[in-house]
Amino acid sequence: MKTNENLPGIKGNPLSLRIKVWNPYIVGTGIGILSWLAFLLVNKPIGMSTEVSKFSGWAASLFVGWESMTSNAYWAGTTPAFGYSTVFLAFTGLGAFISAYFGKDLSLEPVPSVWEEYHGTSVGKRMVAAFFGGAILLYGARMAGGCTSGHGISGTMQLALSSWVFFPVMFVTGIITARLLFRKKVSAS
Amino acid sequence: MNLPIPTNSAGGLLIAAILGLIFGILLNKGRVTDYNAIVNLFRLKDFTVVKIMMTAIFVGGIGVFAMMGMGLLEGYHIKDANLLGVVLGSAIFGVGMALYGYCPGTAVGAIATGRLHALIGFFGMIAGGMAYALSFSWVKANILGIWSYGKIRLPELTGIPAIAWWILIAAGTGALFYVVERAARSHRTRLQ
Repeated sequence: MKTNENLPGIKGNPLSLRIKVWNPYIVGTGIGILSWLAFLLVNKPIGMSTEVSKFSGWAASLFVGWESMTSNAYWAGTTPAFGYSTVFLAFTGLGAFISAYFGKDLSLEPVPSVWEEYHGTSVGKRMVAAFFGGAILLYGARMAGGCTSGHGISGTMQLALSSWVFFPVMFVTGIITARLLFRKKVSAS
Repeated sequence: MNLPIPTNSAGGLLIAAILGLIFGILLNKGRVTDYNAIVNLFRLKDFTVVKIMMTAIFVGGIGVFAMMGMGLLEGYHIKDANLLGVVLGSAIFGVGMALYGYCPGTAVGAIATGRLHALIGFFGMIAGGMAYALSFSWVKANILGIWSYGKIRLPELTGIPAIAWWILIAAGTGALFYVVERAARSHRTRLQ
């Protein structure tokens, strides 16, 4: 856990973009205040997975055409359209990029280190896992009606029953999956 | 200025840009755009994600509670408690998140910081969204209507007022932070 030791001392600005990792309680407070602003200014809680499923709609329309895509029961209700959430998603990426640029966290990582310890350096294997992991993730998010932002943060802070069910259940299956996934280290050859 | 600003007006899009930018910075500085941080949470080795989320929920929740009390908000924005769908969906979500190492928001941040596997997983998310759209009629007919309680909140469900819930959540979160920080400290001491 080297990175945890990176937390800066009191000297200097703890919110400097040049610091790679900020105190997690400060980050959490920041996200909390961000949700106040989102509620107050545009009356729209932070969420991400609905927008990603609209990207699915756009991608589908490339194959089957716009008409048949929007005739689908799901996309008829969640029709892809450029708007608030599209901009929010794009600027989330930009913000992360700016932060990583100044914090020296940019890296073309194909295989993360924990994965490599247990599954080796194979890029193909990691990419297949990431692809299917992503697919499973979004399918689940849509069935549940939200993701870690929509349910995990925005819903829980409104004391929504659905979100307080979402949180523990995803946590448990995540722990079980990680147990199965990270069982045996690749022996150093 | 009249609040709220319509989301798809020029002003709304500007707010989307500013809030998105700050959200992205916070995700990266919180290290949740790092695969290892997410996966090590599920391995119960690194509680950064929990610290961030619980703090965000508490700070955000108290603010929403106060703004609602002051009449600044029009109403809540919560998802339907179609409990079978929520339980199955979140169970599936947890499996995917452990495998992918990101959730939709942190994935966007990770892609922007160059993580190539995050990008491949984004294509996976697009495929997953398509699969959901294709199966939506079936899911709606067979899953979403079961154990369906509508847009219900814990206070209405239980009769316990919101303020009591927040005291409970604060106490639980405080206890959790205490345990996690103490474990981390003793771990560091052992290493020295």
